[in-house]
Parts: sequence; C-alpha cells; structure tokens
Amino acid sequence: MDYEVVIGLEVHAELATRSKIYCSCTTEFGGEPNTHCCPICTGMPGVLPVLNKKVVEYAVKAGLATNCNIASFSKQDRKNYFYPDLPKAFQTSQYDLPLCFGGAIEIDVNGVKKSIGLTRIHIEEDAGKLIHDAWADGTLVDYNRCGVPLIEIVSEPDLRSADEVKAYFEKLKSILEYIEVSDCKMQEGSLRADVNLSVRKRGQREFGTRTEMKNLNSIKAIVRAVEAETKRQIEELEYGGTIIQETRRWDDNKGESYAMRSKEEAHDYRYFPEPDLLPIVVGEEWLSQIKAEIPELPDQRKSRYVEKFELPEYDAAVLTSSKIIADYFEAAAAVNSNVKAISNWIMGDLMRAINEKEIEFSNIPVAPEDLAGLIGLIDKGTITGKAAKKVFDIMFETGKKPMDVVKEEGLEAVNDEAAILLAVKEAISNNPKSVEDYKAGKKQAIGFLVGQIMKATKGKAQPQTVNELLVKELEK
Amino acid sequence: MEICKLTACQTAEMIRKRELGVEEVTKAYLDRVEKLDTSLDSFVTVCNEEAMDSARRVQKRIDSGEAVSKAAGLPIALKDNICTMGVKTTCASRMLGDFNPPYDATVSKKLKAADTVLLGKLNMDEFAMGGSTESSYFKITKNPWDLERVPGGSSGGSAAAVAADFTTFALGSDTGGSIRQPSSFCGVVGLKPTYGAVSRYGLVAFASSLDQIGPITKDVADCALAMNLITGHDCMDSTSADIKYPDYLEFLKNDIKGMKIGIPKEYLGQGLNSEVKEAILNSLKQLEGMGAVCEEVSLPLTEYAIPAYYLISSAEASSNLARYDGVKYGYRAEKYTDLLDMYKQTRDEGFGDEVKRRIILGTYALSSGYYDAYYKKALQVRTLIQNDFNKVFKDYDLIVGPTAPTTAYKIGEKSKDPIQMYLGDIFTVSANIAGLPGISLPCAKDSKNLPIGIQFIGKAFDEGSLIRAAYTFEQNTKLDMEPAGLSTLI
Repeated sequence: MDYEVVIGLEVHAELATRSKIYCSCTTEFGGEPNTHCCPICTGMPGVLPVLNKKVVEYAVKAGLATNCNIASFSKQDRKNYFYPDLPKAFQTSQYDLPLCFGGAIEIDVNGVKKSIGLTRIHIEEDAGKLIHDAWADGTLVDYNRCGVPLIEIVSEPDLRSADEVKAYFEKLKSILEYIEVSDCKMQEGSLRADVNLSVRKRGQREFGTRTEMKNLNSIKAIVRAVEAETKRQIEELEYGGTIIQETRRWDDNKGESYAMRSKEEAHDYRYFPEPDLLPIVVGEEWLSQIKAEIPELPDQRKSRYVEKFELPEYDAAVLTSSKIIADYFEAAAAVNSNVKAISNWIMGDLMRAINEKEIEFSNIPVAPEDLAGLIGLIDKGTITGKAAKKVFDIMFETGKKPMDVVKEEGLEAVNDEAAILLAVKEAISNNPKSVEDYKAGKKQAIGFLVGQIMKATKGKAQPQTVNELLVKELEK
Repeated sequence: MEICKLTACQTAEMIRKRELGVEEVTKAYLDRVEKLDTSLDSFVTVCNEEAMDSARRVQKRIDSGEAVSKAAGLPIALKDNICTMGVKTTCASRMLGDFNPPYDATVSKKLKAADTVLLGKLNMDEFAMGGSTESSYFKITKNPWDLERVPGGSSGGSAAAVAADFTTFALGSDTGGSIRQPSSFCGVVGLKPTYGAVSRYGLVAFASSLDQIGPITKDVADCALAMNLITGHDCMDSTSADIKYPDYLEFLKNDIKGMKIGIPKEYLGQGLNSEVKEAILNSLKQLEGMGAVCEEVSLPLTEYAIPAYYLISSAEASSNLARYDGVKYGYRAEKYTDLLDMYKQTRDEGFGDEVKRRIILGTYALSSGYYDAYYKKALQVRTLIQNDFNKVFKDYDLIVGPTAPTTAYKIGEKSKDPIQMYLGDIFTVSANIAGLPGISLPCAKDSKNLPIGIQFIGKAFDEGSLIRAAYTFEQNTKLDMEPAGLSTLI
C-alpha cells in the first residue's frame, strides 16, 4: 500500500533580546543557576509583568519576513498547568489572537519549489530547567531561562517528506538569522521543533490521526524522528492497528520514540486573557518602522548573487542558505572579483575543513580577505592550485596570512623553464611505455607524465609551462 | 489630648509644627495596639522595633529641616496582602505564613518615601476572599462596635484598626467591596479608587482585573490625604493609568449645590435591611438639603453583577493562586510521595475552605467545554454592566446607595452559608466590574448602635467628586462615631 505522510512543524525560537519578556533580567545563556532571575520571572506573590517592546518588534519582524499578516490588535493569554519549571503555574502566551498569521515561505527540494503555509507566529515566555543530578537528593530547578522570550512559528500541515521538513526548517532558521531576531543556536536550545505527523493512503482526502513529538533540538534529530515515526505509523496501519492521538518523546540516541501521554491525558490549559497585560496594538507607524528595518532576505540575496555575481543558481543557494556564509562570501568578493573561485573554495575546501574540525562557521580562523588573497595568488601564478590547498590547510590551522605561509613553506611556483625541462626529460626517459602510448595516439597518456613531473617538482611547477614543454619534447 | 484620637491630617500638622514628636505618636499607637488588640485581633504582625526605628529616622529628617511630605511621621498599617520588604506578608494564609517578600509593593515604597511609619500588617480574609475576615488562617478580627460581630471583609483588620484608633490610617484592597463593606461595618471611611489609579505591583493578586488598593481612614479629609500618597502611574504595572492625578485635598469643599446624584432603584429593592434602607432614604433627603439633585435611575443588570463577579474573580484567582505549589516559597507539606502528591498535600493543607471553593469554581469556569457558558458569558455581562453605568453617568455626576445590605452581623452567622455571604457584595461588586471608584462613609447607626454606610460611586478617575460629596455629607451630618464595643475594654 502506498502511503503519504503529512507533517506540520511548531518551531520555538528564543528571541535575541537583551532582557526577558516581562522583566529586566538578562537573557544570556548559562550562568550560575538562579542568578539571571528576579521576583518577576520567578513569579513571586504580587509581582506584575511588563511586556518588553523589543519582543513585539522581533516577532513582527519574523512575521514580515515570512509573509505573515500582522495583527493590529492582539492579546496575551494564560496557559495554565502545574510544573516545577513554571513558577507562576501558567505560561503567558497567545491563544486566539496571535501577533502574526497567514504567512508562507518557499522551499526548494532538489530543484522542486513549494510554498509552505504558516498558520501563525505568537510570542510567549520560556520556562526554567529541571536538573536531575545523581548526587542531589531530589530534583533541582534553575529559573535562569524563565521568561526568556520565544516565538512559536506554527506551519500548516503542508510538509510531505523528511526532505521537505529539513528544507523548511533550514529556510526558517536562515530567515531568523538574516533578520537577527534569534541566534538559532540549537545546541543551546534557542531553536527547537515539535513535529506533528500523520500518514494516509495516497489519494485519501482526510488526514490520518496525528502524533506529536516534542522538543527536537537538532536538524538531524528532526529528520530521524520524522523518518522513524512515518515508518512506525505505516507499519502500525499495515498490521491492522490504529494510530492513537498522543504526544511522544523522541530518544535520539536510541532512534526510537515513546508514548508520553494520550489525548485523554492531555492538559486542559484553561486559556484565558492575561488580565495583567494590555492588548498589543501595532499601529501603522510602528509597523512601517519595523518594516524599514527588515534586511535583505535569503531569497532576495540569492537572486542578487545570480544576477550581480553571475553565480550558478546552485552556488547562490548554498552561499545564501546561511547569513554568516553569505556575509563571508561578500567580504571575500569585495577584495577579489574572481567570485566563482571564492564560491568554489567556500563550498569545497572551507566547508570540508569546518566539517573535519567540527567547528562553527563563526569561529573559522581564515578571514574572508585572506581566502580572497589566496585565490589572488593562484590567479597571479604565484602559487599553483595544488600548492594552494596546502597553504589553505596551514592557514586554517594557524590563521596565518597566505603570503606568509607561502614564504615560510617555500611554496612559490617554479617557472624556471630549465628546471622544469629537466624534470620533463627525466619523466620521458623514466616512462617509455607512456611515451609509446602517446605516440601511438593515446593522447590521454600525457596526464600520467604531467603527474610525474608535478610530483618531481613538489607541485610547484606551473602546470601550463609543464604542458607546453612536455608536448614540445614528445613531438620531437 | 489623646494622640490616637486625632485624625491623620491633624496629627501630621502637629508633627510638622513640632507640637508632637514622631516617636511620641508612634509609641502612643503601639501602646494602644498592645493594650487593646488582644481583644480585637486586627493585626497579624506588629513591627514594634522597626516602627520606633523609622520614627526616629523621620524625626531626625524633620529636625534637620529636610523637605518632608504632608504625611511625614504618620504611623500607618497595611492589609497583609500588600508586600513589605523584610516584613512578613501572609495574606492571612497558612500558605504564606512565613513569607517575607524581598521587595516592596509600589504603595509600600511610596508610603516609605512619604516618611510614614509602618506599624504592622492587618488581618484579612484569606487571600482577600470573603466578607467577614473569618477566613483568616490566624485569627478572627472583631468589630470594635460589638466584639461579637464581624468587622466585615476582606479588609476587616484594616477597618477595625482604623475604627479602634490603632493607626492614623490603613490601606486595604477591594476586589468586590473589600474596602467599602468593612468600612461600612466599622463606621469609617473607605475608598476604592478607579481601576488603574493605584499601582497593584506588590499587591498579592486575587483577581487581577478587579483588585484595587485604597485607603481606609478616620474621615474624608484623611482619605484625600492618603489618596495623594498612593495614586499615580507606575511603570511596573501595565494596567496603571498614565494620566495626571489631581491633588485630592483640593476637593475638600463643603459644597454639592447642583450636583446631580442618581439613586438606582435596584439598590433599594429586595434583600436590603429595612433600617439600612431607611437610613439611606434619610441620607438622600439630607443630600437634597445640601443642594444636590437626587433622582431615581436604573442599573437593570445589577442582579447579574454577583454571578458575573464570582465567575470572573474565581477564574482569575484559580490561575493567580496556582503558583502556591510548595516548590519555591511558602508552605510545603511535610509528607508526600511524589511531585503530584506534593502539590496536592501542600495545597490541601496550605489553603482554607473558602479559597479552595473559589479555586474549584474558577477552574471549572475556565475548563474546556464550560468556558463559553461561564467565563465568556461573565465577560459579556461585564461589558453590559459597564454600558449601564456609562448611560447613567451621561446625566449624573454620582450614583448613591447603601454600601452593604445589612450592618455587621454576628461572628459565625454567615460563615457556613457562602451564598448569603456572597450576596452581601450586591451593592459593591458593580463598581469593581465597571472599574469605577466608590467611597463608603458612615451615614447613621441602626437600633443596635451599629454603623450604617452610604456609598457614592463616581465616573472613572473622578475620585474628586466622590471626595467632595462625601466631605460635604460628613460636614453636615455630625455623627458620634465612638465604637461602643471598644469602650467596654478601656
């Protein structure tokens, strides 16, 4: 039987405001437990919340950047439930009148473009963290994260595969980074997703029963969870079972999910309007101010790269997928007009080195100007492309300037015809079989000989000169 | 001269003129509390040493010629749901029995800044839920007029303490009548300001959209003085109104000629005690005699005010009181098996019956499937009630009526019958629902020599007219307001 999977994502992003949503405590990650909190964010008796205006601005920005409508009048509501990490025993959130609604973003999976609808974006506060320390008697709670502002971005059930989910999530992350409303550090929990998933027989109109997997905090985990849950649901149905509407916990180490609570056990949150806060009114003037602050977004930047830099669509997409990569590219392109070479180096050697060394793009030791400089050295013939790879590796290791590395390592290209000719002659006399092949018409045999010459000159010989001299000698 | 018999205004003036010392005044009040409050039980906490310390500090400031407020040196007391840094704030609940707030409520800060002297914290119904102060976890406060009777509630400690001259004035809080009704029962002046006129920051929340802090005073002039100290915009309270607040002392004018006063016919109907009704009708004649134009008006939705009030206030309370879970501060049960059991035991042992009743009612009203029928409908009624008032206030300056349907009743008389207790709020809740200011002041005494209160309700932020009308009424109806029950103790 052929099944179709239907997925909607709820993405929580911590906003990068300096202070919390309802008090002036810092939002900084980490810190000694319970040092970033005050009577307000710990919900002491009698305290009152005051909404941080920046939170509204950032959320509206996110709404505008994802083509949402912005509500001129919205309100905040209390979501009531008991848990020790929630000091007021309610989370202030938005229920029926969210700040942003009805948006969409475009994704591209293997060249196929698709628009994914956004139901809404609303603001809310984060909760604290429970710490189950083995050595401690009982559980401890850290309220530092309590009251850190969040936006929840709810998609329509428009996603149909793990690839689409990945593309959507990455696009969303990229947009949030571009508009600088969230640092999107998944390892610190500032970006996380809940996956709502159901399957149905292809062609069936109604949705199947869905399950929800909460708090997935890496792209890898999201993809694995989607794949595993799709498989689980299909198998369940194939064996004549039924899907139960429930919340499941994904264990990324085991690659399995477990039922947490069923629909019957679900909380009745008893939402009602937060009486301590006034409705949020976003007037025309404020809205246009926020609009004016929206920078160039990934799609716009991609088009610019294709038009202005004449980069292939693929390169433009990869480079603009993350603001930090695009900024790096542009800083390099500002000092070297060989943009295609810059693009190749970023997508190739730079990405490879980052993956090997497992470091963040923001921490790479090679400044964009130095990468541009390295490419300039190749273009001028100062070093060969082969030597450049070695120079790059040292630069990546040490952060040194390209020319300094070239000098220290003695990697300048050899363009001394006499020296190269010597190597050419040596290669010809040492490899009579290849010479025979070449003369018999197998022109590709020349590649082997070039390789031998480059080896002999330690990669420093200018390939063009090598080629010219070799052909001349062979044709003699 | 008996120091404690002076009004706040008189005392403050004598302190400023150096005819009285702050320590002398403070000592006089503390002595009186120590001697008499064992019979009245109006205080939960008395700050003997702290009060004398701050009295000395204030006196020093006065002696050194520093600029001080018009209330400098006045000993005051606060309802025990108003947070005071370093002084226990219990809400008369076991749940917060040992709670020592690390912050001051905005009003506490303002009163400190005005160089007043905090004598202590006053008893109340637990979490301000009740109309008799009988639901306090700690003690039952007695009415100074008759020690067998309740002082009203929930600010019963505040009203009793002012009536007993235990403080120059007190602050209470009013969610459905909790300042005005006890003021009426104890024969003092109590004003519930417009919602938003006084910061709620640091007032332990009962029902956020209805709660308001206000003064309970010996007379109307003191009320104006206290209002000057506590009103004003506060950036810590989003619902606080950012407007220009007047000098309320300027409204102390013995003149209501031409003032148009409406008497809602619904306020003189069923359930109103006949002696109270007679007193109010007589007061209307007096008001006319003073030059006011009194006419009958209608607030047709009055009968729906009580149900709407109990739904809205209980719903908000169920959420506001959910934070008392034993995790962070306050009471925690000693024995429990797991987290859920800890919550259950803590809340079972920490809250009294009336609080539990409201939490259950409010939780039910907000539950999925019932929200529309209860909470939402109550909000709709709220809007309609506001419209009713707006209509009347197009043609009238004030609304007048009784504060409570009865005078003070006996301790235990209604505490077993919540509905009877709730109906006692009939004339006061509408002002909270509509966010309007209301003042209660004594207008007569009944045949049992118990005070009867008259209530004026005004337009939003027009406390000035309330004070003017109340002041005029007070000046022209000199009543002997010496509490009889208290004199038996002296």
